[in-house]
Amino acid sequence: MSEPMFKLNCPLPLAGHERVLMAHGGGGRMMSVLIAQIFRQAFDNPELETRHDGAVLTLAPGRLAMSTDSYVIRPLVFPGGDIGTLAVNGTVNDLAMCGARPLYLSAAFILEEGLEIATLWQVALSMRQAAERAGVRIVTGDTKVVERGHGDGLYINTTGIGRLEHALRIAPASVRPGDAVLISGDVGRHGMAVLAARENLSFHSPIESDCAPLADTVMALLQQGIEVHCLRDATRGGLAAVLNEIASDAGLRIDCDDAAIPVDRAVREACELLGLDPLQVANEGCFVAFVAQRHSDAALATLRSFNPRAALIGAVLDAQPGLVTLSTELGGRRILDMPMGELLPRIC
Amino acid sequence: MKYLDEYRDAPACQRYLAAIARITTRPWTIMEVCGGQTHAIVRFGLQELLPPHIELVHGPGCPVCVTPLEIIDKALALAARPEVIFCSFGDMLRVPGSRQDLQTVRGAGGDVRVVYSALDCLHIAREHPHKQIVFFAVGFETTAPGNALLVARAAREGLSNLSLLVSHVLVPPAIEAILSSPQNRVQAFLAAGHVCAVMGTAAYQPLAARYHAPLVVTGFEPLDILQGLYMCVRQLEQGRAEVENQYVRSVRAEGNPEAQALIASVFGVVTRQWRGMGEIPASGWGLSPAYRAFDAEHRFDLARVSAPEPAECISGQILQGQKKPAECPAFGLRCTPQHPLGATMVSAEGTCAAYYQYRNCESA
Repeated sequence: MSEPMFKLNCPLPLAGHERVLMAHGGGGRMMSVLIAQIFRQAFDNPELETRHDGAVLTLAPGRLAMSTDSYVIRPLVFPGGDIGTLAVNGTVNDLAMCGARPLYLSAAFILEEGLEIATLWQVALSMRQAAERAGVRIVTGDTKVVERGHGDGLYINTTGIGRLEHALRIAPASVRPGDAVLISGDVGRHGMAVLAARENLSFHSPIESDCAPLADTVMALLQQGIEVHCLRDATRGGLAAVLNEIASDAGLRIDCDDAAIPVDRAVREACELLGLDPLQVANEGCFVAFVAQRHSDAALATLRSFNPRAALIGAVLDAQPGLVTLSTELGGRRILDMPMGELLPRIC
Repeated sequence: MKYLDEYRDAPACQRYLAAIARITTRPWTIMEVCGGQTHAIVRFGLQELLPPHIELVHGPGCPVCVTPLEIIDKALALAARPEVIFCSFGDMLRVPGSRQDLQTVRGAGGDVRVVYSALDCLHIAREHPHKQIVFFAVGFETTAPGNALLVARAAREGLSNLSLLVSHVLVPPAIEAILSSPQNRVQAFLAAGHVCAVMGTAAYQPLAARYHAPLVVTGFEPLDILQGLYMCVRQLEQGRAEVENQYVRSVRAEGNPEAQALIASVFGVVTRQWRGMGEIPASGWGLSPAYRAFDAEHRFDLARVSAPEPAECISGQILQGQKKPAECPAFGLRCTPQHPLGATMVSAEGTCAAYYQYRNCESA
């Protein structure tokens, strides 16, 4: 990521308009200006410059991974990122969890009439920056405008393609009894950062989202020859949801150690205050890795070279399928439940 | 984390566990009254660390569990009205009424908002003068001072677009209902620390004496709970039945007189229906006549909403430690966490929900 890349001219105001109008999605001159001055300027790459209906890509033979995700978040900008950072990293990370090196993204925007052009520009620049960092190119896209009141400012969908450079089958079905369970960083920061921004909560120490690309970390694990059985980024539902999904899909039991799971102090305090469980809070830059037991130490060392807070948190057992347990700091053991869905602060 | 880590200290907890094991000579059944205590017991896995003959019964001190179906249905009816902004504490959103819950009402277009403090409703009422703001005032003596303050401030400001759907419940009458039942098995209680921080401990003395049951006012961290249990077992083993205070860092015998005065000025004692336990006389608070204008049940026409609880549900007996979930014919069949029939399946920490979770794992 080099600084000169960001010496771009802010296109404000866009042909005299400071906000998105319905006409910006109408297929005429105003839409052309919007695409040229915002998206083509920000994403700037040869595939996009063909200005055709789609991108034509040349890919080396072999296995490909493809993933799509839509991004909806309020507020659009939060400490540590914005919807643009999220839209790139989220899809890049889904590809990485397939063990793929992310190559190309599409980006589709649904803009709400009245959205400030300056916000859209900031988001587009964030996407550019995130794409550079993750080593992907945004090669095709789409823009639609909906009437005021019919969208939360801006929705983004991104679809990504990545290449697999190994022969492993990285999936829940590959998880084996005895596998080590590792986490790539501390949990709970993204969800708490967004909650604090949305609800205007101020905590003693501000919390920043962990939103970041994970492909380099995954590529490093694979290049080390580590026998990776499954990877999953701990997004919505947090670590608790991911562990439950995999335990259930693999038909195995997962035992984890509560004390080993890294949680930032500010996140822990905020969760205590609101009665939330940090293990159920969303992340955008951290994943769980299931690796062969004999590669546990090597995997941990690799993860720690990217994030010193990476940790070995548990193991897979050939026992009650679908069960996830947590040994507590006092030596007890409890079931780590699948979160219900929406994070709701407790009354008592 | 200051004021938390000290009370989660593993070596100190181990010492109390060993001490409990040392003084326990026979089986005892102890109820933790408050949902916050249940949460800590489940979260830290305390039950399995205790000697096997100490049985913990999860009591009725959780508003998610005991708020009656009829009140939930009234909340749903209010929240669905186009002129209403319905404000609630977070976890009431998933409590099912007879047909749906507040999340579903919100999905269908109801304006349902989660607030972190009752006083947040003041801002919402000021910002939306043409809307009716209704606050779901549930909970025990603990949430009552904040809710009373909301009413007092709204009255002082003359806010005419704010009202409360009140379903406050009180701990001592619930303990008495449990102790006075002929089927009662509970021998001692961890009384709810935060309730006593507001109300003091005087109301518990007659209960301990009349029913010869130790009551230990207890906090919410693992070390609090283990110390509270130790104090209960010590009394039981010694044949004493007194009110003791484990939670001295927060609870004074007289409670918080200022909060009590505020509550007394806004609320009056009423008979309340408890989900699973039925009607208990003088077991709740409603708005006093002076503040009737703030009563949502008075302001809106809700009288016809009534919802009987499913007849086959035995959650009342489970809440009181009289029966186990397996004794219920509906358990796991017609009653699951996704479609709960009663109180103890509603909350994730309710006895039936916890049994259901274990059963799934054991049998799969």
